[in-house]
Amino acid sequence: MKIAVCIKRVPDSETRVKIASDGKSLDEAGVKFILNPYDEFAVEEALRRKEQAGAGEVVIVSVGPAAAQETIRTALAMGADRGILLQTDKIPADGLEVARALAAEVKDSGYDLILFGKMAIDDYNHQVGPMVADLLDLPCVTAIAHLEIGGGKGTAEREIEGGVEIVAFPLPAVLTAEKGLNEPRYPALKGIMAAKKKPLEVKPATLGAGGLEVLALTLPPQRKEGRVVGEGPAAVLELLRLLREEAKVL
Amino acid sequence: MSDVLAVLEQREGALRKVSAEVVTGARRLADALAARVDALVIAAGPVEGADQLGGFGADKVITLTNPAFGRYAPEGYARVIADRARAGGYRVVMFAASAGGRDLAPRVAARLGVALAQDITDLACEGGAVTVIHPVYAGKALLKLKLTATPAVVSLRPNVFTPVQRPKAGTAEIVAVEAAAGRVVVTGVKAAAAGALDVAEASIVISGGRGLKEPANFKVLEELAAAFGGRAAVGASRAVVDAGWRPHADQVGQTGKTVSPTLYIAVGISGAIQHLAGMRTSKVIVAINKDKDAPIFKVADYGVVGDLFEVVPRLTEEIRKLHG
Repeated sequence: MKIAVCIKRVPDSETRVKIASDGKSLDEAGVKFILNPYDEFAVEEALRRKEQAGAGEVVIVSVGPAAAQETIRTALAMGADRGILLQTDKIPADGLEVARALAAEVKDSGYDLILFGKMAIDDYNHQVGPMVADLLDLPCVTAIAHLEIGGGKGTAEREIEGGVEIVAFPLPAVLTAEKGLNEPRYPALKGIMAAKKKPLEVKPATLGAGGLEVLALTLPPQRKEGRVVGEGPAAVLELLRLLREEAKVL
Repeated sequence: MSDVLAVLEQREGALRKVSAEVVTGARRLADALAARVDALVIAAGPVEGADQLGGFGADKVITLTNPAFGRYAPEGYARVIADRARAGGYRVVMFAASAGGRDLAPRVAARLGVALAQDITDLACEGGAVTVIHPVYAGKALLKLKLTATPAVVSLRPNVFTPVQRPKAGTAEIVAVEAAAGRVVVTGVKAAAAGALDVAEASIVISGGRGLKEPANFKVLEELAAAFGGRAAVGASRAVVDAGWRPHADQVGQTGKTVSPTLYIAVGISGAIQHLAGMRTSKVIVAINKDKDAPIFKVADYGVVGDLFEVVPRLTEEIRKLHG
């Protein structure tokens, strides 16, 4: 089973956001970067599918800056076989441009599965995976929390509001991973050492400007300073009065 | 042409609540563009509630029907929507950023070869261009974007665009369309417990964290939710989801759902940055926690310091009285 996993280097979820001097981007000084958590589920799933099949290859593909090599090495340390970095200093806001670059890279390479995280925790775009599928005319299921594969076909479950959809599809396919799909492994020391020697190809990404122009990045308006209504059950009546008369939500 | 196409959502032949929100958002933009709103429903047959959408600002409601469209059929839906968007020469195509809309919008945008601004919380027309606000970094920053391609494809975060009723009725048409069998087939839907509202769509969300002490104690929150009479859903912090106390579908936060209810009640939740990310756009936040220094009190409009096992049942009792 040959599997591509498309990953992204993102700021850690605990990052305190500071706006850069251009007023349009994140000030990256002092920011710790990690492998996008949803992509970890995709990497883990790829490794399990390869292990289950007993043979195959897991290839990590990323669009990002030179430093994303480190992120790719993290996935290689988990057990992936090799990496490809499509290098760019600036990832466009338009996900379709990223999708085009990734689609051109994974096209005609004989992948049975192309996996993504359901979204990146920096841009919250939820779109590159299904766009790659459409560009390559491949079947696609997004935000899967359960997966079964056998006989050239698959069944996945995806959470929808108030329920779960059960979805059947043929391989090859594009899938995007939701939390809960699996429990990603931690890279062991042996894996980290081995990852240093695994092949990692770096080539320039071909990206257009796209159809989304960033006008500004701002901090959200501060919430008005709240107040403590009181202590214990005795405060409940005052709380209800405020919710009714002041906040007018009841 | 400068019209707006609002893509609606139905389940089992009935329109979902987000549909009125999408029509409301579409109307807002159409007014700025001096344009019309066409609302589009994809279904197996006539859809219950479609005739109400004129009242939210749809000039025309078009239902495209095919027996294969009873359940969500990603490839078939994407094809007919893209075809319609092209044929109608729309300026804007608008979706709900629901589980279905988030899946469908990228497929349609890719088909049309244009950018998608997903999960937006505000939109405007500035100098003839569509601009949007899209929360990034888990809501810790807001990205303002200009869509330079036509059509501008956007999806609206649920619960943000409050439906506005208008004293005007639109026209309706039902058109049967061809559909090739898709490769991706929804073979079934497992419904959650009867009557359970999704946290992303409920107007009141009551979330519990570690302070609940054990899974069985969530019944205290379920009773409070029930007292609100079907408008409230029970959510959970990441800590209790990771501990296996509650399903991931209920998780509010950076690696869970982003919610914007009218009222958010955080119970026994300390307020880690990744939880705040998921609920900071709630209209009113109430925190109940025994630790007066918990960070949740910094974002809460109203706080009650105390033992949740005493405070919440008292609150439930009073809410029951209100709703008689």
